[in-house]
Amino acid sequence: MPVIGDYSAEGTPPDDPLRIEGLAVDLGGRAVLRSVGLTVRRGELVAVLGANGSGKSTLVRAAVGLIPFRAGTIDLFGSPVDAFTRRERLGYVPQRTASAAGVPATVREVIRSGLLARHPWHGVPTRAERAGISRAAEAMGLADMLTKQVAELSGGQQQRVLIARAIAGEPDLLVMDEPTAGVDRGHTERLAEFLAEFTERGGAVLMVEHDLGPIRPSVDRVVVLDHGRVAFAGPAEDVPERHGPHHHDTDVPAPPVVPGEGVL
Amino acid sequence: MLDYDFMQRALAAALVTGLVAPAIGTYLVQRRLALLGDGIGHVALTGVALGLLTGVAPLLTAVLVAVAGSLLIEILRTHAKTSGDLALAILFYGGIAGGVLLINLAGEGAQRLNAYLFGSITTVSPMDLAVVAGLGSVALATSLFLSPQLFAVCHDEEHARVSGVPVQLYGILIAVLAAVTITVAMRTVGLLLVSALMIVPVAAAQQLAPSFRSTHLLAMAIGLVAAVGGVVLSYQADTQSGPTIVVVALAVFAAFAVVRGVRAWMQK
Repeated sequence: MPVIGDYSAEGTPPDDPLRIEGLAVDLGGRAVLRSVGLTVRRGELVAVLGANGSGKSTLVRAAVGLIPFRAGTIDLFGSPVDAFTRRERLGYVPQRTASAAGVPATVREVIRSGLLARHPWHGVPTRAERAGISRAAEAMGLADMLTKQVAELSGGQQQRVLIARAIAGEPDLLVMDEPTAGVDRGHTERLAEFLAEFTERGGAVLMVEHDLGPIRPSVDRVVVLDHGRVAFAGPAEDVPERHGPHHHDTDVPAPPVVPGEGVL
Repeated sequence: MLDYDFMQRALAAALVTGLVAPAIGTYLVQRRLALLGDGIGHVALTGVALGLLTGVAPLLTAVLVAVAGSLLIEILRTHAKTSGDLALAILFYGGIAGGVLLINLAGEGAQRLNAYLFGSITTVSPMDLAVVAGLGSVALATSLFLSPQLFAVCHDEEHARVSGVPVQLYGILIAVLAAVTITVAMRTVGLLLVSALMIVPVAAAQQLAPSFRSTHLLAMAIGLVAAVGGVVLSYQADTQSGPTIVVVALAVFAAFAVVRGVRAWMQK
């Protein structure tokens, strides 16, 4: 099994796939993230938990450069996210949103768009790159659905298509926003196996989840967000009950902001 | 029919128009901006009027004004706090009012205006055909050459951005291609109905095509049949080319919808 890419200069330790320090994000004039820090190292799966509105999705969207931040730093493989150009090293699974189809696209076409990070300006994927489509479809149990229209699939199947799109380009870092939402237990276990194998080969994963479920054995560390701040960081088995998967405490007043706090 | 020079030019212009309009329209439908062509078409009328008023070839002024309008729409859509449909509505009304007003000032009559609004096969000049062929070829080649990137931008803009695809630039490119297509189609199908030739073939192709790529290609084939067939019918029936082309496209849509219905019924 190939080892996932190490692009560092000879003799120097590789840059961490994702390093976030002192991150503060405001949305609509409201502080959504306050001084958040976390690092995802090679071979590590970090899960982010938290109640609705705790800032989990904002964290991953900022991490991949989709939303601006007020303060702090986000580095991908040692480069500031705004200047990061090796986009083929990053796989992103957004939250699935139900939307009316424009022109119908097949599973193969959507997964294929995951290869575009290697050809962002023009050009088509090579034959070798296209082999990644079949591998990703196989990994997500979609091999017999490649010619089906995505809009005709169930919610869980559509979610698996988004995961397959993210892994088709064989990235080094996966950033996933609730990838198991709507996915049945069998396929969630299949994803857990894939992620365990991915991290064994040196891949890194940042994953937002409501409930770790079958993913739990593959998780190296858990970060719990509460009102936009890191409330806990450590092994999955040590997550305090009050920060468990079904805890929703958005009505509790936010704690005061302490500069520099929350960096792991 | 082919003995007439004007018919040869009209058919050549229809051929280009029929291929290009759905080729770009597919991306507009995918982006859920099916009415963008209508908005730009209205703005292009102001460009035509400026040409008539200043004595410059209306096709050229229409291209310039339509491209400027498409850029404005894209900027309003992405940066201003104006929703896409509101931006289109503002351009719609401003374009048509400005166009008719300037054509009045240019001293042109309703017949001239009518030819631009609904197409007129007798009005395709050799220079018009050269501009149509040149711009149409560029738009068509771009839509095919950048197909994977444009698909990614239209299908999932956020994912395309994370992948490093220049989303803003390609968004502008799609709007500019739409503007160019509209002015290319102006002579045959007319500014008020050009959007129909961009959208109806795509809607027809969607009835039967199983994928984005096959929809794209089938829509171009339907557009070709509708545009060339419409021009021939309009010559034989002595009708305006724009409405005739659109009726042919709608007939194809209806036929494909029936076939789809029958196919679904037989699969039950």
